[in-house]
Amino acid sequence: MPRAVFPNRILPYALLAPQVAITLVFFYWPASQALYQSTLRQDPFGLKTRFVGLENFEAVLSDPSYLNAIETTLIFSLATAALAMALALLFASAAEKVIAGKGLYRTLMIWPYAVAPAVAGLLWLFMFNPTMGTFAYILRRSGIPWDPLLDGNQAMLLVIFAAAWKQISYNFLFFVAAMQSIPRSLIEAAAIDGARSTKRFWTIVFPLIAPTTFFLLVVNTVYAFFDTFGIIDAVTAGGPAKATETLVYKVYNDGFVNLDLGGSAAQSVILMAIVIALTAIQFRYVERKVHYG
Amino acid sequence: MAGIELKDVRKVYAGGVEAVKGVSLDVQDGHFVVLVGPSGCGKSTLLRMVAGLESITSGTIAIGGRTVNELEPAERDIAMVFQNYALYPHMTVRRNLEYGLRNRRIPSDEITRRVNEAAAILEIAPLLDRKPGQLSGGQRQRVAMGRAIVREPAAFLFDEPLSNLDAKLRVQMRAEIRSLQRRLGTTSLYVTHDQLEAMTLADQLVVLSAGHIEQAGSPMEIYERPATLFVATFIGSPAMNLLPIEPETASQLAGSSAVRDSLSVGTTIGIRPEHMRLVGDEGIQDDEIAADLVVTGVELVGAESYVYGVFGAQKAEIAVRVPGYRHFDGGTPIRAAAGATSLHRFDSKTGLRLDSPV
Ligand SMILES: Nc1ncnc2c1ncn2[C@@H]1O[C@H](COP(=O)(O)OP(=O)(O)O)[C@@H](O)[C@H]1O
Ligand SMILES: [Mg+2]
Repeated sequence: MPRAVFPNRILPYALLAPQVAITLVFFYWPASQALYQSTLRQDPFGLKTRFVGLENFEAVLSDPSYLNAIETTLIFSLATAALAMALALLFASAAEKVIAGKGLYRTLMIWPYAVAPAVAGLLWLFMFNPTMGTFAYILRRSGIPWDPLLDGNQAMLLVIFAAAWKQISYNFLFFVAAMQSIPRSLIEAAAIDGARSTKRFWTIVFPLIAPTTFFLLVVNTVYAFFDTFGIIDAVTAGGPAKATETLVYKVYNDGFVNLDLGGSAAQSVILMAIVIALTAIQFRYVERKVHYG
Repeated sequence: MAGIELKDVRKVYAGGVEAVKGVSLDVQDGHFVVLVGPSGCGKSTLLRMVAGLESITSGTIAIGGRTVNELEPAERDIAMVFQNYALYPHMTVRRNLEYGLRNRRIPSDEITRRVNEAAAILEIAPLLDRKPGQLSGGQRQRVAMGRAIVREPAAFLFDEPLSNLDAKLRVQMRAEIRSLQRRLGTTSLYVTHDQLEAMTLADQLVVLSAGHIEQAGSPMEIYERPATLFVATFIGSPAMNLLPIEPETASQLAGSSAVRDSLSVGTTIGIRPEHMRLVGDEGIQDDEIAADLVVTGVELVGAESYVYGVFGAQKAEIAVRVPGYRHFDGGTPIRAAAGATSLHRFDSKTGLRLDSPV
């Protein structure tokens, strides 16, 4: 990049100042607050606060319900990412074959992305609500004892589907773009070389969109980890019996519902470490673009 | 080995564009046929219909006597070389060559044999473990050829395979493709917009314009007896000089009065630049006609040059080939002559050839 040279020595700092200020106010300040909070313990009435060092972390990490939340988060995130990506890939490869109404098909596919997470959650909640949901009715009619309010596994399925549904659009866009960047002649050469549609997909298309797939895997995992609070809150509120309580949901629950601020802050700090690790992975592997040229 | 037969083949694209308007063509077994025409005339469309990559709106295409209209590309027993090579970027060269054979479940020792043989012929054996991204344009071109050869198909289809190469490499690969095809004897249908490439490669040349065949024949036949004005100007470089005959044109020409009287209004005469000469002190011969030109430029192309000028009130542009290099300033008046036997005559309206240049 060419080096910009400013005649004025203060101007560059003045131009950077707003960005720095925003980062300070919205990231460093709360982050340092969380770090600070995580070393304190308050009595239940918030009257007395004392310094406890790493005790909050010890307590969190030895708490079975925290370990349970880790497991829940892993299952939820991997299942959500896998489902959202698999369906998006299916739809994107179908979009390639659509002849009439391609634009309409793509537009319709993108809509769910514009729906707010909580609203998406409510939508799924209504559809599958045991007492009034249409789909719940259909499920029960066909002999499935559907009750996500009592059955933890069913609740998990429901939030996974709701969370994945919202992410499909995003993945779809990236997969469509990746597939469009594959020269048509490659697919045609493969067709002449005797590979049928499925074979072409797995031997040509899939390997060529691998960089996009990997990128989406990271993005979807981060999404499932951190951006699904609204959906979980609307659909199950972490229940039944904490079956859908993810790490992020637990931070909220422990801090704002159970008022264990120190423990909640310690959890936030752990989450922060996870975000930093995931971001590092993203930079290391994803930003370094794969070139076949 | 097989011929390719096209009967009244038409292609109308979804948008209503009629890209190919009833083409009938017989490519004989083992022949090298080149489809040539300007960009957008439907060459690729025609080739892709033969390959099975585009549906055929009407008409029939047969390969080796078998109608292939409804067959998948893979079932047509053809191999295609694309303009951008279309090599699989994530596979090594060896894998690229093997791909079509593996898909056809050819035994692996047979695959190895064919790949090694093709690699030897094309001198790409040292490249077999590289990926296409690590090859130069010429090397990719060879790999693309190799991928076609290993298949041992009934026919090769080429869609402008040399357009992405630089001029020197293009000439070299052109010669290699030609000798390779001779050696293998595989029927080939080759598409290009480059008339020189077409002339040098073809057993049979097919000139295409706006979706229909203007003329088909050997390169020499087409060069010597272009059937239409379009072919006359498209084949040959610089293009054939054209002079539409208007009421006063004959009187502005000099030379043989018999020839001048034979020029009727409503026709266009054509003369190739190499059939013209600059008139010096020796004057005009009995069977020649001559025109006075005003020089507009001179182009040196090596052993010869082309002098460009405009003729008469109609400002017809005329190119004259001269040996060596001659310099003229712009605006210099010169006289150029051509023998009566080198005249081509066309109907100005229909563009059709009227007679033979005896
Ligand atoms: N997929 C397509 N849809 C609509 N029109 C097309 C398509 N492909 C080509 N055409 C049109 O058909 C005509 C012939 O195209 P093409 O066969 O590619 O020409 P060439 O190869 O001789 O340059 C052009 O007018 C082009 O715009
Ligand atoms: Mg073309």
